[in-house]
Amino acid sequence: MSDMITFDKVDKRFGQTVVLDQFDFRVARGEKVAIIGPSGSGKSTLLRIIMALQDIDQGKVSLDGRPLWDAAGGKHRIKPTRKHLRDMRSLVGMVFQNFNLFPNLTALGNVAAAPRHVLGLSQAEAEARAAALLAQVGLSDKLQNYPATLSGGQQQRVAIARAMALEPEIMLFDEATSALDPERVGEVLEVMRALAHERDLTIVVVTHQIGVARAIADRICFMEGGRILEDGTPQQILNEPRNERTRAFLRAVHLS
Amino acid sequence: MTEIFSWPFAAEILPALLRGAVVTFIATIGGFFASLIIGAVLLALGRSKQTAIAWLGRGLVELLRSTPLLIQVYVLFFVLPDAGIVLEPVTTGILALGLYHGAYVAEAYRAGLDSIPRGQWDAIESLRFSRFAAYRYLILPQAIAPLVPSLGNTFITMLKDTPILAAITVPELMFAANDAGSQSFRYVEPMTMAAIAYLVMSLIAAFAVFLLRQRLGTRYA
Ligand SMILES: Nc1ncnc2c1ncn2[C@@H]1O[C@H](COP(=O)(O)OP(=O)(O)OP(=O)(O)O)[C@@H](O)[C@H]1O
Ligand SMILES: [Mg+2]
Repeated sequence: MSDMITFDKVDKRFGQTVVLDQFDFRVARGEKVAIIGPSGSGKSTLLRIIMALQDIDQGKVSLDGRPLWDAAGGKHRIKPTRKHLRDMRSLVGMVFQNFNLFPNLTALGNVAAAPRHVLGLSQAEAEARAAALLAQVGLSDKLQNYPATLSGGQQQRVAIARAMALEPEIMLFDEATSALDPERVGEVLEVMRALAHERDLTIVVVTHQIGVARAIADRICFMEGGRILEDGTPQQILNEPRNERTRAFLRAVHLS
Repeated sequence: MTEIFSWPFAAEILPALLRGAVVTFIATIGGFFASLIIGAVLLALGRSKQTAIAWLGRGLVELLRSTPLLIQVYVLFFVLPDAGIVLEPVTTGILALGLYHGAYVAEAYRAGLDSIPRGQWDAIESLRFSRFAAYRYLILPQAIAPLVPSLGNTFITMLKDTPILAAITVPELMFAANDAGSQSFRYVEPMTMAAIAYLVMSLIAAFAVFLLRQRLGTRYA
């Protein structure tokens, strides 16, 4: 199977803080991976590197066999030009914890904006695509609503539709359900689960909600201290974790 | 015997004062739009990646903010012709108002842009918007709504600054009022009428700001 995401001995530091430490990571095309781990372990940074929002200090990152980052000793061997980053970003879509919808646009406008202004579709084509995606996430009756008039769960569904509108091959979810009221998690999870059924879509979710990992992933990685300490099927990681750190983390999560 | 306020005299000078009010109005509107454009240019210069240009932009803002408007008006009035640029006094005045207030408008723009949360930029980058599309469709619409009150203040301050243009012979409202007063040695009528004219123009501006805020405010919270 071909790799969709490859991290090859990647180091990432913020000042003195080591966030990724000789980090190796592979995700096959169509795989659904959940990353769990304590706060500050570098999960968001990992996703931001894949989304080309953050660079690396050392190592290589490739998407679909194409090099995204290649650095040695803090020097970029691939120039991170705007063009290169924009090209690579066409493979990836990202959903953020705080939705980050555009408050000046309606739900329809949020989803149609990139097809219209990035892909250059006509207004009618862009809106048709947006309406279809919003229907898929169950928001056909909210097309003209501004984000401020939507619940958190509805906003996050708009955000998922918005990311899907550019037809990415990789979807990243960074704590997509963590900012929601508990009774709103289900509706977003439902949409994520539907995406997880798309064979060719590669998905990486970062979450501290074990239920989310269980619902989406066919593989779970436990991350701490800038490395993946344990990597296995949901059944193995959640029910019979081998690493002591994984066990401690799962105990803490279950208690909270 | 002379009354405190002579209505016949007021009626006599009214046309001259109205002509002055029109000039004041033109200078204010012109200066206001000039400041909106100059403010954007100054901010863009100050944020340039070229350090020399950035320094130039920031130095210009400092200079414009720390010298009196009257001096800037004089400098433009006497220096531009030497540089071969000959403008109507009112055009020079509009340029001076635009520069002086543009430095403050640049600060307002900066505050507006800085108020955009980082998450918006994350979303913009991840969706691959060009800089132009990002500013045009996403950033500026968000940044400008909260600026309306402060830009409204700029407009009213500018209105009250226009008498300075009398120094370079712009026949604005105060110029006309002074003129009417000095010819007849009656100042109560022209000054009262000028004050009312400024008040009316300020109120109209305040009302326009109110309408604009309502329109922008009801679209999204
Ligand atoms: N832009 C940044 N500048 C400086 N330090 C940063 C930056 N982004 C992240 N960090 C630091 O890097 C470390 C890893 O951050 P990251 O956000 O990736 O962790 P996380 O696993 O997502 O945590 P959480 O579960 O709290 O979201 C943290 O110590 C954080 O403070
Ligand atoms: Mg995080």
